[in-house]
This record gives sequence, C-alpha cells and structure tokens, in this order.
Amino acid sequence: MQIPAQFDYVRASTIEDALALLDRHGPESRVVAGGHSLLPMMKLRLARPEWLIDINDLYELDFILPEATQLRIGALTRHSTLLESADVARLFPIVIDAERVIADPIVRNRGTVGGSLCQADPAEDLATVCDVLRAQAVVRGPGGERILTMDEFHKGPYETAVAQNELLVEIRFPIRPRAGSAYEKVERRVGDWAVVAAGAAVNLAEDGSVDDVAIGLTAVGLDGTIAEAEAVLRGRRPSEELFEEAGRLAALASMPVADQRGPVDYKRHLADELTRRVLRRACARALETQTTTTQEG
Amino acid sequence: MQISMTMNGDEITREIEPRVLLVHFIRDELRLTGTHWGCDTSNCGTCVVLMDGVPVKSCTVLAAMADGHAITTVEGLATGATLDPVQQGFMEEHGLQCGFCTPGMMLTARALLDRNPHPDDTEIREAISGQICRCTGYATIVRSVKWAAEHPVVTENAGEEVPA
Repeated sequence: MQIPAQFDYVRASTIEDALALLDRHGPESRVVAGGHSLLPMMKLRLARPEWLIDINDLYELDFILPEATQLRIGALTRHSTLLESADVARLFPIVIDAERVIADPIVRNRGTVGGSLCQADPAEDLATVCDVLRAQAVVRGPGGERILTMDEFHKGPYETAVAQNELLVEIRFPIRPRAGSAYEKVERRVGDWAVVAAGAAVNLAEDGSVDDVAIGLTAVGLDGTIAEAEAVLRGRRPSEELFEEAGRLAALASMPVADQRGPVDYKRHLADELTRRVLRRACARALETQTTTTQEG
Repeated sequence: MQISMTMNGDEITREIEPRVLLVHFIRDELRLTGTHWGCDTSNCGTCVVLMDGVPVKSCTVLAAMADGHAITTVEGLATGATLDPVQQGFMEEHGLQCGFCTPGMMLTARALLDRNPHPDDTEIREAISGQICRCTGYATIVRSVKWAAEHPVVTENAGEEVPA
C-alpha cells in the first residue's frame, strides 16, 4: 500500500490566498491541483511536503479565453476541458492532437495544464506543444506578474522558473495568420509516456511559402525547438523533399537514450518519421485555413 | 481534519488524516468495498468513482480533496432493487468475468452515457481506455455498454429472463 508521508492540508480560496499560504509555509509547502503527478510522487516518498496547498477551488484559473491576438488558458484548466474546446480545436489543432494522447481520459478529467507544465517531466507532451506554439507562461508572485517565454520557463528536467512563492496562472498562445500545427506521438499503450513524439507549427506567407516554422521533439533529450530543421523550410514552399530533409536534421539533432521504451536507433527513426508527418499535417492545415480565409473574404 | 461529502446521496462527515486517499476512505472508513483498489498508480482504473458526476481514479485523489463534493461509487448505481441499465447490461451481455475491473468500468460507462446517450464502439473503447480488464473481456464490456445505451430505462422484470 502506498501512502504519502504525513502533511498538513489547506485549501486556498483565491490566488492571493494561495500566494500568502506559500509565503507563510515556505519551502516545505507544495501546491496541488489535479494531483496526478504530485500524489504519485508523494506515495513513493519522492516528495514529502509538510504542507499541501490545494488550489482546486481557484475557479478563476479555469478558463479558455480567445482574444484577437492570443488564446489565454488558465493554469487550472483540466486536460479534458482543453480537449473539448472548439476554440482550441479551431486555432491550435496541435493541442487537440496532443491532448488525445496525454495520459488517459480519466486522468485527463483531473490533471491540469499548469500541473503538467510545472511538473516539467522531460517526456511531457504539452511542453513540446508550448515550445512550438511559442507560448508565454504567466507567473504570479508576491511582487506581481512575470511573463516568461518557454525557454525561460523550462530550466531542465522537473525544474521550472516558477519560484517557491510563485504560481503559474496562465499560458498564452499567440494567434498567427495562415497557421497550421500538428502533434504525433508513438506510445506503447494508452496512458504511457511517449517513446518519441513530434510537434510542428507553421505559418505561411501570402505567397504560400513558409513564413515561420517551429519543430519540437518529445522524450529525446532536447530543450526548445530545432533551429537547424526549421531553417530548411523557412522562406520556401512546403514540399515532401523539404519535410524529408527537416526530418533527417531533427533526427540528427535528437539525443535519445536507450531504455525500456526502445533503443536509440528506433527512437531516432521515429524522430525522423514523426517530424515529417507533423510537418506534412501542419502545412496541410495551414493551407486549409488559408482557403477558408479566402472563401470567407 | 474533518471532511464532509455526499456519498451516494447521503451526507457524511468523518475525521481523517489529510494523507488518506479517497479509495481507502471509501473502502476502510465507509466500508463500501465495491470500489476496488488495484494498481495504486492510476493506471488500472478499478478504483474509479464519480466525483460530481466525473470519473476519477480514487487512488490518486485525497479524501480531503473530495470534501464538499458528491461521490458516487458502484453501490450508488442501483435505485433500490432496480439496477442501473449499465449494471443490467453487464449482466445481459456477460460484461464481467472475474469482476475486479467491473465497478470502475460501470461507473465510467454511466458517466459516458450521461454525456453521450448513444456512443459508438470507438467512443466506448476510448472512454474505458484508461482501465484494464485483465480477463481481456473488452468485447463484452463494449457490448454491455451498448446494451445499456439501447435500454436507458430498465423495466422491473428485465433481469428475470436471462437467455439460456
């Protein structure tokens, strides 16, 4: 039987209350939202907080808000809510691709966007999604709000820029014209971490060439996006040849390690193949958006 | 600490340690042993209960986090002597073999049908994809859920005529 070590439990009623509680109880306190990363760690005694601050009552952090230039997502948004959002599906299909394969439907009912990002597991799917969408993380602390790029947010495996007395409150995805995005993951079974996964976001110029592109890989030891693979596509018209070359370079940049999910060669092969697939799908989606826009215009 | 919740329609209040998991609170404190305790790692889904109507894995929820919420366990599915259509469906279509995964499967099925009264096979399989039947009786589980979808209200004598 796995039971966490003893701790005191308190429920925060507002963001300010949560920040005050974090401040009062110091480094031995931890915030819990969905609990599907922290509670398993506490059961294994890999985490032993003395105070657990439950933020599930902070409904003000559970929102999906489309604005003219960005989509704002509250940190307490459940994975299942994100997956069912029509706004998310329309603007950022990559998020839906990823959410379908994050954990399983029942875990997604509890797990939160903010929780996944703050756990910062190196095989976490949303991290790659946020990287390629060039997301911003809004972090609130006693001194006010900080807005971080994902590079600034992610410090390394299981480590983020969110200080002990701060709270991740929001993620922002910039909305770009003629944009398409996609995510694809190979997993051993439902609910498992990725063997390898790839994500891509493109936006096309008016002439159909690639204006900007971001490519990211999950679970192969990379931080951020893969500049050398992106450079192949930028300024050129999308084509199978370019996808192939980008896939080759992404696989070359990847640093997989052999583990129970597979050997290095297999993972590198997946990095190559999945990069091509997500680029193909992201570009197709960008073209669809373009067609729709033209028709409506 | 003191917690209160609605358990299968009844208001209950108990004194607990904050570290008690919801699955153990239900089984050991309330003696509702229909909720099973399996892998303990949120993989198998036999501990699924409904929290405000939404399926959750109770091995990965603290009892304290359920304070103020409504929990439904398998014991809360039937109304008096009348089985929930999902329970009836599992009987009609042989949806269980050893029965270990059954409580979780039935609660997930109930929540699915409440949201989507006519799911197709893919939707049913997706809904139960976070749960494991080690007898591998998935085909009959899917048929059981479909039976429930086709018989939203069980008539009084529906259970008596079991095909030979």
